[in-house]
Amino acid sequence: MINIKRGSKVFIKYFIAYALSLIVIIPFLVIVNNSLKTKAEADLMDLSLPSHFQWENYEIASERGKLGTSFFNSLLYSVVATTVSVIINSMAAFVLARKKTKLNLILYLFIVLGIMLPSNFIALIKVMQILHLINTRLGIILLYIATNVSFGIFIIYGFVGTIPRELDEAAVIDGANSWQLFFKVIFPLLKPVLVTVGVLTFMGIWNDFMAPLYVLNRASLWPMTLAVYNFFGQYEQEWNLVFADIVLTCLPVFLIYLLGQRYIVSGMIAGAVKK
Amino acid sequence: MDQNKIYPQSFVLIALILYIVLFVAPSFMGIYYSFTDWNRYTDKINFIGIENYKTIFTSEGTYYNYIYNTLKFTVISNIVKIIPALFLALLLTENLKGENIYRAILFFPAILSYLVIGLIFRSMLHPTTGFVNKTLEMMRLGFMAKGWLIDPKWVWPSIYAVDAWRGTGYVMTIFIAGLQSIPKYYYEAAEIDGADFFQKLIHITLPMLRPAITINLIFGLTYGLRVFDIIFVLTNGGPGRMTEVINTAIFREFALGTYGVGTALSTILFVCMGIISIFTIGVMNRKEIEL
Repeated sequence: MINIKRGSKVFIKYFIAYALSLIVIIPFLVIVNNSLKTKAEADLMDLSLPSHFQWENYEIASERGKLGTSFFNSLLYSVVATTVSVIINSMAAFVLARKKTKLNLILYLFIVLGIMLPSNFIALIKVMQILHLINTRLGIILLYIATNVSFGIFIIYGFVGTIPRELDEAAVIDGANSWQLFFKVIFPLLKPVLVTVGVLTFMGIWNDFMAPLYVLNRASLWPMTLAVYNFFGQYEQEWNLVFADIVLTCLPVFLIYLLGQRYIVSGMIAGAVKK
Repeated sequence: MDQNKIYPQSFVLIALILYIVLFVAPSFMGIYYSFTDWNRYTDKINFIGIENYKTIFTSEGTYYNYIYNTLKFTVISNIVKIIPALFLALLLTENLKGENIYRAILFFPAILSYLVIGLIFRSMLHPTTGFVNKTLEMMRLGFMAKGWLIDPKWVWPSIYAVDAWRGTGYVMTIFIAGLQSIPKYYYEAAEIDGADFFQKLIHITLPMLRPAITINLIFGLTYGLRVFDIIFVLTNGGPGRMTEVINTAIFREFALGTYGVGTALSTILFVCMGIISIFTIGVMNRKEIEL
């Protein structure tokens, strides 16, 4: 009797885990499956396999959706902004955490306050117009670096405290100047936290939609999110093409997830825990 | 040793300048503009006092509704994610076979952009050609097919469902990290004393999970109040203006060229989030959030 009860309990647990996983997977199956069908077949929107695999859907979607350009843009914005922000934020966090003058404590609080605050995009556009940064690649990269300052410094600041000060003193006695001290001694030691910050910053930028929507209105500058949104609007009648476009947009993230799942999950969670 | 020489203030400069120019300055300029009639059609900006705020708070059910919708979304979307996520986290730390695979699958949507997820579900939930309704019809359950994103009765539940589909796995993963830091012997001791599942949940798990719960609440609060992508893509505020939230309303004002009202809405959000931030920093200084 007890065994039956326990058995059915275990069964229910597996059932829940299995059912929820299916709920997550099915939309992806539908999308991949229908992306390989003809328009007529895709209109039926069922789970039957395509009669002929229409690989050319991908070619058409990538061409008409200008996925090459937008992939390049996304990559450029995410890589450059992430790299620069990791470097400048760790430099700033290092000095703020090491030299705790009154000014620096105030600066730190002033910076950290920005973590949760929303940008005022309408006024931001005005500022970017004045600086001639609107509708430029440099502009959006600088914007991404600026919006990641608070979060980056906050997380790295905590970690700098765990690196013993004696290292600084030893390096200085050995004749290192502050640049050498930072880049040769401290920066390598910050690696674990920089991976966390890097992963989070990269994903945040890669997935961002709001900033380019406001500050980039030239299609040639659009990242993937904006390009796929626009494609969806234009081809809503042709699900096969729309789905091919969505698959191509998700693919890079999916591949990175498969390769570095542990890195990404722990990065995103560590960020959460520290945030 | 000379502190200023080893730790030069100039290291802070680049980050600080970018932060001030592209984040702080727009926020404060926005506060100024919110008291003006700034718009796309004239070059002259006139100071008009609290007119824009009057428009927002006395417009009987339009702007007022968007603020209400934002708060409603924040509360409900978090309830439907956090509670199931907690039980899922408990379920997936019980040594089920293949639990790592379940965890990885459930977490996966969290790495995709809200935009892509919104597009996926705009197609899934399409009233005539969407997968959900087509499947219901095929199973002869056609009466259950709804205009998920256009029927006023179903649009909010559909948004919550899509949001939960994306976010529950992430919340769950934070809970799992928290659960794994609870020492096993607490439970062993409780079992010897004859505690059942709910007693263990209330007396050990929940108190020990407080840091993880705090993080999820702070995240959820920030996300909910700032929500934009998923609603913009799924409904664009519709049907009518039924699902309009603050951030989609700001974009609409921007598109219309009524920048004064837009910056006023931004400022309202900014002030609310500012109060929450100060409160949060207070909480964090009490060291509650260290796992």
